[in-house]
Amino acid sequence: MALKVENLTVYYQTLRGDVHALEHATFQIADGEIMGLAGESGCGKTTLGHSLIVLFPPMKYIGGQVWLDNEELPIWDSERMNAYRFHKVSLIPQYAMNAMNPIRKIGKMIQELLESRKVDYKEVLPELKRRLDLVALPHDVLQMYPIELSGGMKQRMVMVISSLLNPSLLIADEITSALDVATQKAVAEMLVEFRDRQFVKSMIVITHDISILYQVADSILIMYAGVLAEKAPTQSIIESPRHPYTRLLISSLPEVGVRFADKRLSGIPGNPPLLLDPPIGCRFRDRCPLAFERCLEEPPFIEVAKDHYVACWREFENHA
Amino acid sequence: MLRLDNVSKVYRIGAFGGKALHAVNNVSFEVQKGEVVALIGESGSGKSTIGKMILRLLEVTEGKITYNGEDISVFKGETLKNYYRQVQGVFQDPFSSYNPIFKADRIFEVLHEEFFPGLSATEWQHRVENALFSVGLNPAHVLNKYPHQLSGGQLQRFLIARALLLDIQFLVADEIISMLDASTRIDVLNLLADLKSRGLSILFITHDLSLAYYISDRAIILYKGYVVERGAAEKIFHTPLHPYTRMLMESVPRLDRKWEKGTTLLERQAEAFQGGCPYYERCPVAEKICAAYRPPLAEVDADHLVACVHYEPSATPLNPLAYTEQRTRQGNPG
Repeated sequence: MALKVENLTVYYQTLRGDVHALEHATFQIADGEIMGLAGESGCGKTTLGHSLIVLFPPMKYIGGQVWLDNEELPIWDSERMNAYRFHKVSLIPQYAMNAMNPIRKIGKMIQELLESRKVDYKEVLPELKRRLDLVALPHDVLQMYPIELSGGMKQRMVMVISSLLNPSLLIADEITSALDVATQKAVAEMLVEFRDRQFVKSMIVITHDISILYQVADSILIMYAGVLAEKAPTQSIIESPRHPYTRLLISSLPEVGVRFADKRLSGIPGNPPLLLDPPIGCRFRDRCPLAFERCLEEPPFIEVAKDHYVACWREFENHA
Repeated sequence: MLRLDNVSKVYRIGAFGGKALHAVNNVSFEVQKGEVVALIGESGSGKSTIGKMILRLLEVTEGKITYNGEDISVFKGETLKNYYRQVQGVFQDPFSSYNPIFKADRIFEVLHEEFFPGLSATEWQHRVENALFSVGLNPAHVLNKYPHQLSGGQLQRFLIARALLLDIQFLVADEIISMLDASTRIDVLNLLADLKSRGLSILFITHDLSLAYYISDRAIILYKGYVVERGAAEKIFHTPLHPYTRMLMESVPRLDRKWEKGTTLLERQAEAFQGGCPYYERCPVAEKICAAYRPPLAEVDADHLVACVHYEPSATPLNPLAYTEQRTRQGNPG
């Protein structure tokens, strides 16, 4: 088991109180698994990703544990986490396109980055060049400034940098959202290639675009309003989702070949609850067409079929 | 009703404006009343530039844009104001369309003062509420709030409501749903579909093909400022002919089909482009002639035009349905 997360709870501190951005997250990722993490904006998916590597204020660690390769990560202790960052856990941030230092040549920037993690640049350089070849970037980019690269090239460059030390876990946060379809496809396929070549043991791919996850992920975790709603192998999530939220979310996606004149799709009525004072019970209750009295209690996140976890009382009833 | 004739836009770039960037080249198309036309292209294809020229936010370098037969470039003062009563735009990022230090409904007040000074406050309030209802918002929930208190979907619908308060006939919708969540995105699309059925014409600018197909009657594919294919939406989406359109269709992530492996060609660095087909550098089926000759848009079928040598009258066309089998040339880009 590459990654095991248990009961992870992280809040945001604000002047008006704590925002319950992530509560009781419990899941596992196998070696070599690419897990997609999807949900609407504000559902806590980025919070979950970041809490595994950069838990800084205003984020506040409340409880829970994280093991990576059977070793507990001290995610609440920023100093001690330094030993793991980049070496074992690495992140491609959401705005990776602007993540590089604009006033350093890229090679120089990588050198400084490696030195700060006590790695010798010269030793890594041959491998760095091999990986540049792999993502079809010329070696000259090391002598260039970030501004000289196009959006897709920057994205590939950041991917190479983030995975350079072969981390056990790579967290890719919305890395395809700002790209054109063709570049998007190239970048997504590269993620799979990095896994296949074992540069990265396992991956969390955070995105709001489920159709991208269908192409690259082995499993998908759906979040709603700070809690886990459903996790299952990709095929099951797309073809037989069990949580009402997942069902509504998937049915609201327009596909090539669907037009409003033939088949009018509908969104999900209502808005997600405010997490400053989250409702009791199931957080999807207000928008859920299937809600009943039991939903006033918080549903646990249970395995209802092999590798298929869901948090919904209706679903448990069907199985009881 | 809105018509572009050989419209080009040249930007002056470089320190002293010494270099020219041809953002839009000889683009012609027409949008009829009650029609949704999708303008599709990747970043840098000139799609937003076209939208801005229609809204008179940019000047046309060459060619002519006419609205109901009148050249829009000569409008000024009262005639321009009248044009804006009928033609409005909504843009990608709803958050940057508002001034964060004022309440969001200020956009309605400005409209009141500028376009309807004769209306009383209560009458205006009534109209605003009607417009908000028609975009699916409850005025009690959204009025009197600051932009940060509203969600992206609400702000975007606010902007559409603002456009509806005018006597709007034509809407330029520039990537209006790319920043919205999947669950609210479809509501905004359905709203556009309803407005269309009431006779509104929409130029729907996007890079997302599945959204474009959902709503549009006709589609235009732009590449480097050139129209490479245009026509009825079903034809463009079901039998894409231009190699670029085929590549786009193949790259769209879908829930019913996985990507073909290894068919993507990475982008190359933009090189100085002289004559020839704009897609030559990336085209998997390019011929020698394509380097020097730029084919015009030719009609291959009723309401389906393509600019590619393979579909010129004398050429043997590629099989339109075989695009999934078409292998993309694997070159070393850059």
